Amino acid sequence: MTRGEKYNLKMGLLFVSPWIIGFLVFTVYTVGASFFYSFCDYDVLSKPVFIGLTNYTDMASDSVFWKALYNTLIFAFFAIPLGLVSSICVAILLNMPVSGRPVFRTIFFLPSLVPLVATSMIWLWIFNGKFGLLNYFLNMAGLPGPEWLTNEHYTKPALVLTVVWGIGNSVVIYLAALQEVPVQLYESADIDGAGFLRKILHITLPSISPVIYFNLVMGIIGCLQVFAQPYIMFGAGTGGPNRSALFYAVYLYENAFTYNQMGYACAMAWILFMIILGLTYMATMLSRKHIHYGE
Amino acid sequence: MLVFFFLVIGSIVFSTPLIWMVSTALKPIEQTMSMPPTWLPYRYFADINGKKMAIVPKVKIEEPSTAILLEGVNDGQIIPNTKLADQKGKYKILKDISADKDNPWSAVTLEKITGNENTTEQFFVPVKAVERTLCFRWSNFKEAIKAMKCFWMYLKNTLILCFFTVMGTVISSAFAAYGFSRIQWPGRDKLFLVALATMMIPFPVIMVPLYCLYRSLGFVGTPHPLWIGSFFAGAFNVFLLRQFFMSIPQTLSEAARIDGCSEFQIFMRIILPISKPALLVVALFQFMGTWNDFLGPLLFLTNQEDFTLALGLQFFQSQHGGTEWNYLMAASLLVVTPVIVLFLLTQKAFIEGISTTGIKG
Repeated sequence: MTRGEKYNLKMGLLFVSPWIIGFLVFTVYTVGASFFYSFCDYDVLSKPVFIGLTNYTDMASDSVFWKALYNTLIFAFFAIPLGLVSSICVAILLNMPVSGRPVFRTIFFLPSLVPLVATSMIWLWIFNGKFGLLNYFLNMAGLPGPEWLTNEHYTKPALVLTVVWGIGNSVVIYLAALQEVPVQLYESADIDGAGFLRKILHITLPSISPVIYFNLVMGIIGCLQVFAQPYIMFGAGTGGPNRSALFYAVYLYENAFTYNQMGYACAMAWILFMIILGLTYMATMLSRKHIHYGE
Repeated sequence: MLVFFFLVIGSIVFSTPLIWMVSTALKPIEQTMSMPPTWLPYRYFADINGKKMAIVPKVKIEEPSTAILLEGVNDGQIIPNTKLADQKGKYKILKDISADKDNPWSAVTLEKITGNENTTEQFFVPVKAVERTLCFRWSNFKEAIKAMKCFWMYLKNTLILCFFTVMGTVISSAFAAYGFSRIQWPGRDKLFLVALATMMIPFPVIMVPLYCLYRSLGFVGTPHPLWIGSFFAGAFNVFLLRQFFMSIPQTLSEAARIDGCSEFQIFMRIILPISKPALLVVALFQFMGTWNDFLGPLLFLTNQEDFTLALGLQFFQSQHGGTEWNYLMAASLLVVTPVIVLFLLTQKAFIEGISTTGIKG
C-alpha cells in the first residue's frame, strides 16, 4: 500500500467513523443482544437466564400470538395491494397533462405528512359510529354504517383505510419514475395505434417496475410493523374488540413493556424479521421475471 | 377532461379528512354531535323573553307537544300532546308547543358567552324564528391548549429534540457520506452495502436491547435516547447525501488537493457549500421524523413534562377522548399545522428528496 493509499484509508475511515461507531453500538450490539435475549427469560430487572428455545415453543402455543400474526397478515394482504394500486393510479393521473397538477399533487401528498398520532385522531373521529362522517356518507348512499371501531369485523378494514390515506409518499416516487419513462416509447406506440390501456400495460408499468418492486418491499416492511395507528386507535394495546386489531408490533410491545417479558418480545421480533425476509424473498422471486431495468 | 374529473374526485376523497378536522376544530361541541353534520360552524340566535340571545338548539319538535315539569324532577320533559294523557303523577305545564311537520319548533338553551357550557334552562322557539350566522370558535384552540395542560412544554421539548436530531443527523451523515463517496479506500463500497443492508432490520428487533442499553445508562425517563442516536449517521440519510456527493465532479476535489487542501478542508469549503440543497432535504426529513415520532417517546419518556407533542396528543386523547371532539381536533390541528406549513415552504426540495429515495435506490 502506498503512502497515498494509506492516507486515503485513514481519512476514509475517519469520515465514516460516526457511522461505524453507530453501526457497532446500535446495530451489531443490539442485534446480537436481541438474538441472545430471545433464548432467555429476561425481565430487565434481573439478569437474563438462558432457557433455550422455550420462548419460541411458547410462541407456538400462545393463541394471542397467532391472533396477532393473523391480524397483521390479513391487514397487510389488503393494505399492500390496495396501497400499491391506488398510488400507481393516482401517479398515472398526475402524470397526465392537466391544469392544476401541482395543486393536485400537494393534496394527495399532504396526508402522508400528517403525524401518525394526528392521523389516528382524525380517523377515530371519522369512524365514530354515531357522529362519524363515514357512516353519514354511507347512510346517504343507503348503506348501513357499521360500528367501525367496536365491531370486530370492521376494525381491520378501518385500519386499511387509515393507512391507504397516507400513500402520498409512494405517489411522489411513482411520479418521479413516470417522468423518466422515455417519450419515444409512447410516440412509437402511438404510431402503432396502441390505445391508452395498452400503453399503460406494455410501456408504463414495465418501465416503472423497479420502483413498483421498491414500493412493494417498503410496503411489506411497513405494514408488518404497523404500530402507532392500531396502538392509538384501539385503546393503547388492548387490541380492540375481541383483539381483532391486536397487531404483531403492538403485541410485541405489550410483551416487552407491559408484561416485562423481554426475552419473549425479542423472540417475537426475530420471527417477524424472518417473516419479512421470507415475504421479501417471495416478492423478489415473483417480480424477477417482470422487472425491467433500463439499459 | 376525464382525467381532471378523476383527479378532482380523488382530491376530494383525500382532503376530506383534513377538512373535517379543521371544521370540527372550529365548532362548538354540540355541533360536533349533530346529524346530518354541518361543514361550517354556526352560531344561533333567537328572541328569548323579548331579547335577542345566542342559543344552542337541542331538540327538534315536529308534532303538537307540551313541555311539562314532573314533580320532584328538575329537568323539563317534552311530551307529545297525544301521549299527554298517559302521563302519570303530578306535573306542571310549562308551555304549549304548537309545532307540526311544516312548522317545527326547537327546544333551546342559552349559550354561555365563553364556550361550550350551557345553562340548563330550556326555552322553546319556532325553528323559523332562529337566526344563524357563521362563527368560527377560535377559542377552541385556547381551550384545547388549556386541557392538554403541558402544551407549551410539549412544544418546547419537541423543538429542542428536533434541533438536536437535525444537527446530529446533518453533521454525522455528511461526514459519513463524504467518506463513502469522495475518498477512495479499499472495502469502501462493501461497507456501504452493509450500511444499506442495516435498513432491512426491523425496529422491533433492536427495540429491547436499545431500551436495556439506555436503561443501564440511566437514560430511560429522559429525552437523551431520542437524540443520541442521530449523531451516528443513519444509513438512509447517508445514502441520500452520498447520492448527491457522487454527482459532484471529482475534478473539484483533485484541484483542491493539488492546492494543498486537506480532506477536511475540501469537505468543509467545497463539498458542504455545494450540497446545501441535499443537506436541507436531510434536515427536513429528520425534522419531520422527530416531530412525528410516536414510538420513541412512548418507549423512553415517562414524565409528562418531558413528553413531545405527538405523545402529548395521544395522552390527551387517552384521557379526554371520545367526548370533546372539537378540542381533540383543535389539538391535532395544532400538531399538524407546523409540518404542513414547513412542507409548503420547502415543497420543491422535499419532493425531490423523496423522488431520489425511490428512483436511484
